[in-house]
Amino acid sequence: MLEVDDIHVYRGRTYVLKGISLRVTRGEIVALIGANGAGKTTTLRTISGLLHPRRGHIRYRPEADGPELELDRLPAEEIVRRGISHCPEGRGIFASLTVRENLLVGAYLRRDNRGIEDDYRRVCDLFPILGQRAGQAAGSLSGGEQEMLAVGRALMSRPRLLILDEPSLGLGPLVVETLFATLADINRRGVTILLVEQNAVMALELAHRAYVLETGRVTLSGSGEELAADPEVRRAYLGGA
Amino acid sequence: MTAERRNTAALRFVLPAAAAFVLAYVLQTVLDDYVMSIVNFVGINIILAVSLNITNGMTGLFSLGHPGFMAIGGYVTAILTLPAARKAMFLPDLPAWLAGLQAPFVPALVVGGLCAAATALVIGLPVLRLKGHYLAVATMGFLIIVQVLITNWDSVTRGPLGLNGLADLTTVWQVLPWVLLTLYVSWKVKFSSLGRTMIAVREDELAAQCLGVNLFFTRVLSLALGAFFAGVAGGLWAHLVTAITPSSFSLIMAFNIVVMVVVGGSGSITGSLLAAVLFTVLTEAFRPLEEHYGLYGIGEILMALVLILILIYRPGGMLGTREPRFLVDDDG
Repeated sequence: MLEVDDIHVYRGRTYVLKGISLRVTRGEIVALIGANGAGKTTTLRTISGLLHPRRGHIRYRPEADGPELELDRLPAEEIVRRGISHCPEGRGIFASLTVRENLLVGAYLRRDNRGIEDDYRRVCDLFPILGQRAGQAAGSLSGGEQEMLAVGRALMSRPRLLILDEPSLGLGPLVVETLFATLADINRRGVTILLVEQNAVMALELAHRAYVLETGRVTLSGSGEELAADPEVRRAYLGGA
Repeated sequence: MTAERRNTAALRFVLPAAAAFVLAYVLQTVLDDYVMSIVNFVGINIILAVSLNITNGMTGLFSLGHPGFMAIGGYVTAILTLPAARKAMFLPDLPAWLAGLQAPFVPALVVGGLCAAATALVIGLPVLRLKGHYLAVATMGFLIIVQVLITNWDSVTRGPLGLNGLADLTTVWQVLPWVLLTLYVSWKVKFSSLGRTMIAVREDELAAQCLGVNLFFTRVLSLALGAFFAGVAGGLWAHLVTAITPSSFSLIMAFNIVVMVVVGGSGSITGSLLAAVLFTVLTEAFRPLEEHYGLYGIGEILMALVLILILIYRPGGMLGTREPRFLVDDDG
């Protein structure tokens, strides 16, 4: 579905991604793990068109039997239009808009009002708290609720591929547990997920496959269980012996 | 939205609008010309504050260029409404097609507003790549460029002398419909997908971009929309004061309008409206005090003080970003 082929990305003058390649197959959950500064967020932002690679290609096939697109030169809004939704690091909720308004901004590129209302109800089923707080200013939600709002908002564009940047950031273990269960649920309903996580234990448990990034390169990849069992990964990211 | 709810929404606007017309009629019959001109200034300031609220308040573009757009609208309107005979006297070097042209007031105002909006589109291309303080400085630069151009473009603007003896076309019946139109348009924008997007861009542009919002398009549109109404306000202003010079539209004026938006609450239409009314009335109220005691400038000092206090104790302004509950649909 998505194929990142040897991308090199600079942020300003800093050479951040030194040739990253990875692939996401339809229906999968793929995790990127790695230390701070490894280039995880940069990878996600390059895929969703917020940054552009100096070299390399990103190929994306929205429909299983449809044509393939080159994403690396498209502006962000065109990429959203083609079914990739990015839920940014730190949530980025719009604090003075209500919960409902936040979700509606997520459907900004859509014009099918009935479909938008259906998806609004679906998101409220997925995260009941959002329905209960629909008229409240989003800034008054707790951290966990804000993350749910950010995920729900990303779903409002009806993505085929959902990109999540550190969904567990700053959340308590119980909330993370619920959130990840919902992500698995979203995935079962047919949305492919690519996520970046500091919380490697949870990420490897959830993901079908994962990549380990170190200073702008992929150093390891494999299934979630494989990586969780790998002595290197255990030492570096899972805090285990 | 059901038909019934659409009706109540319409009523919410039609009733206050009708009340405003009745009020304007009563004021017109009761008050003398001087006080009536203050009422008109209140109206013009409402247009200015509510339109700047679209740009500064909702989209968060800190623009100091509003008087620049007013100047463009003001001059365009003034030149268009000037009778041919006076044009021959004031501006002998005007191009022939313009020299013979005399437009009625309302179309002249619309053209003035459109010229201001077109200018906003052009300067938006370079300027809106900047953010925060940089944008404030750049729009201030735009204001100064407009002033310099007007001062030196003698053949069209009569340079530093300005245009005086303009017809006093600005009555409350001209101002009020424009006030209502400004309020209506900005209300419609705020509670549409576009308005939500503008606020989204203000609050977190990265997240907005992630959701497919074209930041640049949204910013340019909000600058141009604000500029249109500023241009119209400039035209109304010129024909209320009946004179217009390059120094009419100053940085102080930019500051005053920004204060109204901030005091009212960035993004709140009702807040901008109330702040514009308060601000204009208070400034006028201080005038006799200043003259009586020779304390010139006390009004400005107190205004600045009010601003500082608001920024400390109520940084969101009187109403924050929201509108009063009774004016808004329950589902927002």
